[in-house]
Amino acid sequence: MRYLPQTDDDRTAMLAAIGAAGIDDLYVDVPRSAWRDGLVDLPLHQGEMQVERALAAMAAKNLHGGNAPFFLGCGSYRHHIPASVDALIQRGEFLTSYTPYQPEVSQGTLQMLFEFQTMIAMLTGMEVANASMYDGASGTAEAVLMANRVTRRHRAVLSGGLHPHYRETVETYARYGEFEIVSRTPSPDGRDDLIEAIDGTTSCVVVQTPDLFGRPRDLTKIAEACHAAGALLVAVVTEVVSLGLLMPPGAMGADIVVCEGQSLGNPMGFGGPYVGLFATKSKYLRQMPGRLAGQTVDAEGRRGWVLTLSTREQHIRREKATSNICTNSGLCALAFTIHLALLGEEGFTTLARLNHEAAQRAAERLEQVKGVSVLNETYFNEFTLRLPRPAIGVVEDLAGRGILGGVPLARFHPDDPGLSDLMAVAVTEMTTAEEIAALADGLAEVLA
Amino acid sequence: MTTTSGNRGLVMDEPLLFEQDAPGRCGVDLETPEGRPLKLGGLERKGAIGLPGLAEPQVVRHFTRLSQKNYAIDAGFYPLGSCTMKHNPRLNEKAVRMPGFALAHPLQPESTVQGALELIATLAHWLTTLTGMPGVAMSPAAGAHGELAGLMTIRAALTARGDARKKVLVPESAHGTNPATATLCDYAVESIPANERGRIDIEALKEALDQDVAALMLTNPNTCGLFEDEIVEVARLVHDAGAFFYGDGANFNAIVGRVRPGDLGIDAMHINLHKTFSTPHGGGGPGSGPVVLAESLVPFAPLPYVVAGEGGFRMVEHDPSGRSFGRLRAFHGQMGMFVRALAYMMSHGADGLRQVAEDAVLNANYVLARLKGAYHPSFDGPCMHECLFDDRTLKDTGVSTLDLAKALIDEGFHPMTMYFPLVVHGAMLIEPTETESKATLDQFCDTMLALMEKAQAGNAEWFHESPHLAPWRRLDETAAARNPVLTWSPEQGKNAAA
Amino acid sequence: MSDRLYTKDHEWVEVDGDIATIGISEHAQEQLGDVVFVELPEVGRSVAQNEDAAVIESVKAASEVYAPLTGEIVEVNEMLAEDPAQVNADPYGVGWFMRIRIDEPSELDELMDEEAYKDFLADLE
Repeated sequence: MRYLPQTDDDRTAMLAAIGAAGIDDLYVDVPRSAWRDGLVDLPLHQGEMQVERALAAMAAKNLHGGNAPFFLGCGSYRHHIPASVDALIQRGEFLTSYTPYQPEVSQGTLQMLFEFQTMIAMLTGMEVANASMYDGASGTAEAVLMANRVTRRHRAVLSGGLHPHYRETVETYARYGEFEIVSRTPSPDGRDDLIEAIDGTTSCVVVQTPDLFGRPRDLTKIAEACHAAGALLVAVVTEVVSLGLLMPPGAMGADIVVCEGQSLGNPMGFGGPYVGLFATKSKYLRQMPGRLAGQTVDAEGRRGWVLTLSTREQHIRREKATSNICTNSGLCALAFTIHLALLGEEGFTTLARLNHEAAQRAAERLEQVKGVSVLNETYFNEFTLRLPRPAIGVVEDLAGRGILGGVPLARFHPDDPGLSDLMAVAVTEMTTAEEIAALADGLAEVLA
Repeated sequence: MTTTSGNRGLVMDEPLLFEQDAPGRCGVDLETPEGRPLKLGGLERKGAIGLPGLAEPQVVRHFTRLSQKNYAIDAGFYPLGSCTMKHNPRLNEKAVRMPGFALAHPLQPESTVQGALELIATLAHWLTTLTGMPGVAMSPAAGAHGELAGLMTIRAALTARGDARKKVLVPESAHGTNPATATLCDYAVESIPANERGRIDIEALKEALDQDVAALMLTNPNTCGLFEDEIVEVARLVHDAGAFFYGDGANFNAIVGRVRPGDLGIDAMHINLHKTFSTPHGGGGPGSGPVVLAESLVPFAPLPYVVAGEGGFRMVEHDPSGRSFGRLRAFHGQMGMFVRALAYMMSHGADGLRQVAEDAVLNANYVLARLKGAYHPSFDGPCMHECLFDDRTLKDTGVSTLDLAKALIDEGFHPMTMYFPLVVHGAMLIEPTETESKATLDQFCDTMLALMEKAQAGNAEWFHESPHLAPWRRLDETAAARNPVLTWSPEQGKNAAA
Repeated sequence: MSDRLYTKDHEWVEVDGDIATIGISEHAQEQLGDVVFVELPEVGRSVAQNEDAAVIESVKAASEVYAPLTGEIVEVNEMLAEDPAQVNADPYGVGWFMRIRIDEPSELDELMDEEAYKDFLADLE
């Protein structure tokens, strides 16, 4: 077995050194009733080639963003990842290192996390950021828990434009955490009635921008209303590339900003692993969940970094920790940082503009399809189409023609008739004119 | 020795990205935008972001140099107890990059992702077979997230039978995530002491088990590296009290293929794919923490889940019964980790996985046998996949566990887990894993023995100053915490923290 | 010998009229190591004896500071927020935590005097 270096001679010598007659001697503490003398009922070991073939056969059954015209978004986006990103994250010193608890031999990861935190603060317009969370949805739930701690209140208001998976995740965390969630329903006409829902018991309002339908949201007035009532504003961004062109939530008064960072450096990968970005104001630092890298010096006065403020975390505070989170999304954060370092100011803002323009071209073309209209007047790289029949069927029919058309919003809310004919369409720098034409022609066919 | 450049041989002094900025420089070549009017409703960004401009060779060199400042399992022995730092096969990496997995979107129609769903279902089958449990929730993003899923499932099951219990029992030797998770589920946490053999104290458990206990959370093998030999009795007591038995599967590597948690009476257990099943730790995640479940808990499991039907595989995202406690994250789970873990499991097979457990246990016992004269084992008898020592033989040397660990760095080894579990004074928890050769273990043990000899000979000062040869000397964690500098700012000079 | 009284949780109390000044003992600061952060209660809050009143964090640990007496918080040492190192440097002086207006003077009888505290520490060894 190629992953096991011990030879039978080694094993014999080691058992002798231990003073055991056989391996069973080392399992004496296992109750006899639970011993399994034979092998479990699974296939035996296989060589690299055989495993590779079996997995490739599964992979080959999928249609995907590399072999079909592709327009899906809603929290996971197809962007081009520069070749050097993947080459660098596969360096064993990054890939196979542990959490940097021993700073003398982990400065690579620590310096990278410090750079990552700085970039997140810059993008979001906030003062501090942590070293990442599992994903945008669980990060949003953690943001609500944090707002509850800061305000000592227990009622969160969620915008109807919040990604339904994010809303459901927050509701799960609230279910047993004994706090109240007021969820607005997704409204295609843009009504959200958030300010009306804020009162003196509200801990936070959670608003996504661009929202589920793709509309950028002006958060200024909601922020004012939150602050007047002593509540926090949590801004959620599921497409981080939008921050290259849109005003950062911090500039509109957000107190906590959570983003899904998959768009930079990380493949869609059928849903994970992704990377949650989490930023806030300095004054709330002690209530922020997650790991933090902080700057310091070593015994010789050289600049270096350590994990810091860890007394907020579970391994020290146990039941009094700010969160039960033990890990971050280190490798995904690394990929994000490398991709953004390659882009830089110029590349990132240009990339955002290319996305926006590609979306405009697509919207203009798709609007010409008979029976199809574009719901949005404003959008970044994702907009919603209204179709003349239920979108789930249309998407299936498009898939039958080898086209991955978009996300039918009814997939999130099967029981909401107001959403049934809506399809969210995402367009990025990867989307070619041929793909747009294929979708337009495909739509015309399946709607005919 | 100081150098003009600040570099030390192959260890390069590397400035921050922001300190290498030249405005207008870029590491990618993009098309030129058309210059269309914006359709953002006037919400466009007004100021610059502040991102640095670097060309590709600079970025590649920057991150290459950073990587060289990290210890890694690829480069050396990483005996971190409770972390299972085993070899990460590169076949796993190749598989996850297959376009059919990497480029699939989580919201594609089911008909277009049958291969991805098949992979999840296949991994689920391996996990349920290895654990002897009928169901598994695949979506948790990490071990602690799996604990949360498990406890929420238990709470949902209790709620469904109208049983509002308020307490979770956690041994004092448990991972900190256990009590933190219980709190997140709004349970009060009651700590159960260990007995003198390092196992849960059955009498204390009996005392604590009443009608208000929702669950016992128990790591097995436990954090002292010992198998809970009375676990069958523990399960019986827990079930008799009407509570559920949650197993923390962090240490599954010791028993995979040999012992099925389902046969021990466990009702729910998370499995850290990044420990037992070799997905890379990546400098701190991402992890993946599927939770296997007993029949009584399956209906309450989180959404979504994959089912096999006549027309192929389906992804259930809405629960018509209303019994599932809900969703824990966006989309379906850590698919990239699933692909890697399955590649690893198929490579080893039923026979190889059993050998994995046996070699992991053999290696730990070998280290225990070689060190036990000079170091004091906290408990008698054989260990499982990790061995635990306290700092008794360092007493009066002036050298602490931390000092000894830092001296190990100079010797080219990553330190073992220190000061955990909390029940042992100055704990040193050593987990070699099965992927280390006897030669490596011998070199490590020789070093440990020499260091103890050196400490007992009175070299406290030298130990306090360790590491001497690492890229960095000891870092000032107090200064970092008292005056947190968490982001770079343009005003900040290179030695701002000094 | 000072007039300070002590709790088993290593807080000290110094009484002046109906006001008690509270801090942590020399032994406590030594055990904690370098203190990096202190979270103090709001002035005006009423606390019951043994209730969590403040949080103290060092690099390696975080612990609660319990109110040794029932009463109202009338003053806190704001300087600790800026300079937590004072807790290590001078735990019985500038490193004090808070002042409480005593509601139940009888609770003072439950505290240890310096000699009793010394014996208590000796027993911990």
